[in-house]
Formats: sequence, structure tokens, C-alpha cells
Amino acid sequence: MLKSNPMETQQSLAARVWRRALSALALAAAFFYAHASSAAMTIEIIGGASNQIPIAIVPFAHEDNQPQSLSGIVGADLQRSGLFKIIDPRAVTPQPHDLPDVRFADWRTQGADALVVGSMVTLLNGSLEIRFRLLDTVRQNQLAGFSYTVPASQLRATAHEIADVIYEKLTGVPGVFRTRIAYVLKQGKKYELQVADADGENAETILSAHEPLMSPAWSPDGDQIAYVAMEGQGRNIKPIIYVQTLATGKRQLLANFKGSNSAPAWSPDGNKLAIAMTRDGNSQIYLINANGSGVARWTTSNGIDTEPNWSPDGKWVIFTSDRGGSPQIYRMPSNGGPAQRLTFEGSYNLSPRFSPDGRSFTFTQRSGGQDHVALQDIESGQVQVLTDTPGDESPSFAPNGRMILYATRNNRRGVLAVVSSDGRTKQRLSAQSGDVYSPAWGPSKKTQFQ
Amino acid sequence: MKKALLSMLLVSLLSACASKDVKEAPKAAIEDRTATKAAAQPSAPSAPGAETTATKPATIATSALTDPASILSKRSVYFDYDKFDVKPEYSSLVEAHARYLKQHSDAKVTLQGNTDERGSREYNIALGQHRAESVKKVMSVLGVSDKQIETVSLGEEKPKAEGHDEAAWAQNRRADIIYQGE
Repeated sequence: MLKSNPMETQQSLAARVWRRALSALALAAAFFYAHASSAAMTIEIIGGASNQIPIAIVPFAHEDNQPQSLSGIVGADLQRSGLFKIIDPRAVTPQPHDLPDVRFADWRTQGADALVVGSMVTLLNGSLEIRFRLLDTVRQNQLAGFSYTVPASQLRATAHEIADVIYEKLTGVPGVFRTRIAYVLKQGKKYELQVADADGENAETILSAHEPLMSPAWSPDGDQIAYVAMEGQGRNIKPIIYVQTLATGKRQLLANFKGSNSAPAWSPDGNKLAIAMTRDGNSQIYLINANGSGVARWTTSNGIDTEPNWSPDGKWVIFTSDRGGSPQIYRMPSNGGPAQRLTFEGSYNLSPRFSPDGRSFTFTQRSGGQDHVALQDIESGQVQVLTDTPGDESPSFAPNGRMILYATRNNRRGVLAVVSSDGRTKQRLSAQSGDVYSPAWGPSKKTQFQ
Repeated sequence: MKKALLSMLLVSLLSACASKDVKEAPKAAIEDRTATKAAAQPSAPSAPGAETTATKPATIATSALTDPASILSKRSVYFDYDKFDVKPEYSSLVEAHARYLKQHSDAKVTLQGNTDERGSREYNIALGQHRAESVKKVMSVLGVSDKQIETVSLGEEKPKAEGHDEAAWAQNRRADIIYQGE
């Protein structure tokens, strides 16, 4: 039984739009919904790289026996990155599923530089054996080939793994399709801290509350999330910090000192966190062990210091401070020493986060009364503004440094958005109802696949 | 604010015949109203004009704090955009609460700072805290003990006004004075 695949129809439409857009040598704004069966969020994609790799992904043999289309998930992942032009595979018949069946010339005619073929077999115990090959249609050779034996429940995860392999082989950069994101979903008076796949699927609520939640922060190994919860008696609520272990759902109080406790940021070795506290008056940055012991004060300014973030090598901490009169980004050595101001453009710079290579940082910069996501190179000081959406907040990098996830507003609702670090590709992720904010991109984990 | 002052003035005029120092008009107004309300509040037995430190100070104190004619029932200080300094128009409000706290050493307040939605949530936690701290500073200078004041911030998370314009934002740039036990 041939299952209709809405993804492919949309992809072929998108492919035609991309061809027109590229021939006009202009970035076209092309919208379509990548909406798999049980989406927690809808995703819209805008823009794309100027040089996209044309790739055709042939539906895997027997994939229509499964409730979700493996090739559809792979194609959606590659499409979302903005670096690929998905070529409709249906014009080539019969559809190949392995190397001997491939006639490379047919695919060159379709305009595809790369081709993905594969097959899926259901084993007696219900597991799936999935094989695929990534082929170069120009050189007519194989670039990668893997097989996986996984429980049927791991279909999506395997599709993301395949997309990561393809992405890395063709761009040289590790993929992030298997990563997860955390965020806060507010519906009415209910707040939920959720973790979902990077494409918004498989959302799980890890905490539900009737008072505000914010600032989730992934531990470097991805096993724990620190977050801020407003808690207390009656009207006497205040922000305090917890650390929750994802596998068990158990949480431990990290900081509930006098005043407000917030802005947790893990050290790269996962042993400590930098946090903002007001126990000595105005907000300052402190260091605390991951088990809540050993509090030490780090900043000593007369203003507000908050939003700390560690460099990937652990040597620096960047943070927001208004010690100079207005909020700007500063950097200080993590073993003590004076802070140095980094931002000199604009009067309102907030929420800095290092890139994974430590050479730049993303932040929000206000201009014309609106906050936009920006990127600053540390060595040169050069700033690039990446967005024109209003009210952008809390940007964070994907682990491969190629995309930035942030919170913004659309049609009066809080939504998440992703912009590529060159500013060209944008995505918007909206929940079906309510507001989504405080996003955090989780780390890449060691692969569970061979 | 001005309406409250006017009504207090009117009440103090009406109570001019009572034996009180005219300079203490606002306080006199509170005590008079308490006395006239005594019938409605059986738990407040003190005679008219008695100082609040007399019998059952807590109950008289509670009604003073919630009496709409009293400046003490006003609990919010409002701030300009991205500012945390207490504007002159709110000085008398903060001073009245400082006076109350000095007279009732077992009373405690939490000063809760809030911001409008612009700017990051974390920066707004810090800014809200700065606003609460500013109000505390005014009280400390007036002699209130630190032990009676806690300062916290709700940042932009619990707005009083849900709109996305200056009218709503102005309402949310605020520090609230909350007495323990309320």
C-alpha cells in the first residue's frame, strides 16, 4: 500500500520555488510547513543559502510499512538546514534502493549532485534493519554507507542520525539533527518546562508548575537541566534554581539564597555553575558547585551583573553588566581578574552566549527600540546583526555553531526561531497554543549507533 | 495619589475637634476611622485617638495597612523605563511605610520588584531586584532595620497589565510592598 507522503509534495513545490529564486539571484521568502504526523510544534522555513547542494532522497524500500516516512524525516532535516535543495526523486523509475540499481545519468538529468538510497527490513522481533548509501552522482561513487538495527521506536532517531551523516559528509560540519532543545511553554496560568527533538517533535514535559519557569540550561553531558522556578508561599514567590536529572525526573535545589537566584550557566566540565544572585544587594555573579555547595562571589561591580556564560575552553566567562551606565557585554577570566568590556555599539546589549569554537558570541542588540539577534567576533570586534524580527531574546548556538536558536514574537504569541550563523536561513517554531520562550539548544551526545 | 491626599485632608478637617496634633493629620485620620469602625470590627477595642502601640496593636495595625483612606494601603511604587530610582512623587508613600515599620518592630515586609516585558527575562530579574533595593535603601536611610525587609524580584514574569504598549508597561514597572502575613 503506497502511503501518500505530504512531505514530498511540499518538497517538490519548494524545489521549484528555490530554482526560480536562485535564478533571480535573490533570496526568495518561501514558506511551507514541514508537518509530520504528531507535531508538537509547526515549523516554517524562510530563506536559504545562496549555494545549496542539490540532493535527491529516494524513499527507502518498505519504509511505507512504518507510520512515519524515514526518507521524509531525513529530507525535512536537510531542508531545514538551508544548505540543501531537495530534488524530487519520483521522476526516476524504477526507484533504486541499492547501488547496483542506480543509473547515475538519470539523477544528473534531475539536477541532483548527491543521491540517497536505502532499504528497511522488519525483523522477526519487530526491530528494524535500516541500510542506506550516500552517493556522488558526478563521480559516480559512494560517499557513505551504514546499516542500523534498532527498535521500531527509534525510527525518528535513526532518520536524524542518517541526516547527520549526510550533512557532515557533504558540508564537512557535524550535523545536529539528533540533538534536543529545552524551552518553557506557557498556556494560561500553566508553565511547562519541555524537552523536544531539534525539529520540535517528541516534546516531553519535564516539569509542570503554576508559577513562572525560565532559563533552562543543559549540563555539558546533556543528562541534567538547571532552571529557574518562582516558588514560595502565596504572594511571596521568588526565583530559585534547581538542577533536574532527565532520566529520573528527580531534582535538587541548587540555590535559594536571600533575594533572587537565577541565570544558571554550567562550566564546561560540568562541575560548577555560574549564577546570578542578589543576596548581597544588586545582582552579581557567583560560582557554585553543581551540588549546591561552595558559593563564591565573582563580580564586584556597583551595577547589575547577570547572564554569565562560559567559553568552551573554560577560560573565560562573558556576562551582561550595566556597570557603565547601560547594559553591555563584558568578559572576565574564569580564574579571577578584571572584566573587559566587549560591546561598544548600541546602548542595550544583552544575553551573550559563546559560539562552540569560542571565537565569537551571539547576543541581542537594541536598535530602533527593537532587540535583534547579533553575532560579534571576539578578536576583531566586528558585529553582524542576523535578524529583523522584533523582540528577540536569549539566543543560543547549536552545538555545531551553524545555527542560533532564540525566542521572539509572532502574531502576538511567543515563538522560537532559528537563524543560520550567516543570517541567510530562518525557521520559526510555534506551539499549537500558548507562548514558547527561554529556549536552550542541548549538546551533541555520543552516538548510540555504530 | 492626589485623591487620597485630598480625602485624608477632608477627614482630618472633620476630626479637628479631636485632641490631636494637626501636623499628624494623616495618622489622626487613620485612628479616627479605626475608632468609628470599631463597631464593625469587634476585635479592635481601643478608644478613639489611642496610639497604635496601645492594646492589641496588631489588629489596629492591620486595619491601618488596608484602610483605603490611609497612605499605608498604597503599596506600589512606579518607575520610569529602565530606571530604578524612587521618584519624588513616591517619597511620602515609602516614608509612611518606613515610619510604620519603625513603630512595629515585629512587622516585616517583602519588597517585590517588577519590570515591563522589554529586555531579556534575566536582565529584568536583576532590574526588578534593583527597584526593590532602591525602595529598601530609602527605608534604611530612614532608620528601618534590615531584618524587617526582604527584597525579591519577579522580573517581567508576573505582569499586572497584560498589554504590549506603554500604558501596560508603565503599570508593570513597579515595586510592591507586601507585609508578612498578608
